[in-house]
Amino acid sequence: MNGVHDMGGMHGLGPIEAPADEPLFHAPWEARVLALTLAVAAWGRWTLDASRHQRELIPGPDYLAMTYYEKWLTGLIALMTRSGLVTAEEMESGRPAPGLAKAAPPLTAERVPAVIASGGPTTRQGPAPHRFRVGDTVRARNINPTGHTRLPRYARGHVGVVERDHGAHVLPDTNAHGLGECPERLYGVRFSARDLWGEEARAGDSVHLDLWDRYLDPA
Amino acid sequence: MPHDADHHHHHDHDHGQEPPSDIALRVKALESLLVDKGLVDPAALDAIIDTYEHKVGPRNGARVVARAWTDPDYRERLLSDATAAIAELGFGGRQGEHMVAVENTPTRHNLVVCTLCSCYPWTVLGLPPAWYKASPYRSRAVIDPHGVLAEFGLTLADDVDVSVWDSTAEIRYLVVPERPAGSEGLGEDDLAALVTRDSMIGVAKLAPLAR
Repeated sequence: MNGVHDMGGMHGLGPIEAPADEPLFHAPWEARVLALTLAVAAWGRWTLDASRHQRELIPGPDYLAMTYYEKWLTGLIALMTRSGLVTAEEMESGRPAPGLAKAAPPLTAERVPAVIASGGPTTRQGPAPHRFRVGDTVRARNINPTGHTRLPRYARGHVGVVERDHGAHVLPDTNAHGLGECPERLYGVRFSARDLWGEEARAGDSVHLDLWDRYLDPA
Repeated sequence: MPHDADHHHHHDHDHGQEPPSDIALRVKALESLLVDKGLVDPAALDAIIDTYEHKVGPRNGARVVARAWTDPDYRERLLSDATAAIAELGFGGRQGEHMVAVENTPTRHNLVVCTLCSCYPWTVLGLPPAWYKASPYRSRAVIDPHGVLAEFGLTLADDVDVSVWDSTAEIRYLVVPERPAGSEGLGEDDLAALVTRDSMIGVAKLAPLAR
């Protein structure tokens, strides 16, 4: 979707504020939101791609005004209510629905180190034909899906060169919407800064994107 | 829960917010609901936070960089298969499942961003700083890397090209900064202590050592 989250190449969003002594969390609630998001995800009711898309669905003006963990909190609540893990009534009252048996959390403290250490690899075995080889010239397709995609707007229509073949990876465009992993070849593509941004960009500069097979046409 | 029930405790890094803020109360209420429903284990929440506060952070990446500086064979392995080379040092897992290391040289500077959200190599750098996740950096790193670097106080020589790595898929990038002048003869531990988080994102270079 062409949301404000797809902000690569925009001007006017303010100066970078990078204090030298920034704490890891600005307030304890941020740490709790991080932990809640990871712990509830262990129920397996949604994918990482779906959680990214849920944050993209935050209305643009709100998205730009929110801090990172505010977006995470908003996304988490939406995912939990959509998936039925909690109901709107429970969110309102702050208490579990009457008569409900207490569940057993899938992520216990003992399992945390192993779960973090294993992560969630997105490479997949099996046939994933590659239409492109390292060295090929490709054009990022001009697509404007209303759902989730990881092809940034600034690259669409531009020509680049395949530099790496990362193998088959889960496709976010389908996986975010419960339409399956549909693994496709993922390529590292180099775009020259001048091709993307025009003559004012420096000649030797480049931008590198990892793009799925369906994002690309031969050029 | 360590932060509960003490509304008089003003944490000392709140940047002017008045605790308990509305959002702090909302998060506390949400956590209570999820614990009461049995959806989350409060001890697991503490364990997750402890992991990112104390175990997973930029010291991991610094170990990788220092090893690459001192062991040419390791450097080769890191540049050809970073995931495996980083796993040799015991680092891997969530948001570092598929790693690529990119090396700065006298004529090439690398910079990492995620324009679509805030993807970041957690296994080697820990959780990203707020500026990395905020709109100004995400929007301009790809179109104006030299301007962005200038905001971090870094001006590159005219003959240095910038490669920006927009990590919008599941490949995560680690910048291997140039070994600082004056560090000859230092051991791996001392070298690792020199390597900063920002140098491994690419918004800083490592200063020469005063001798």
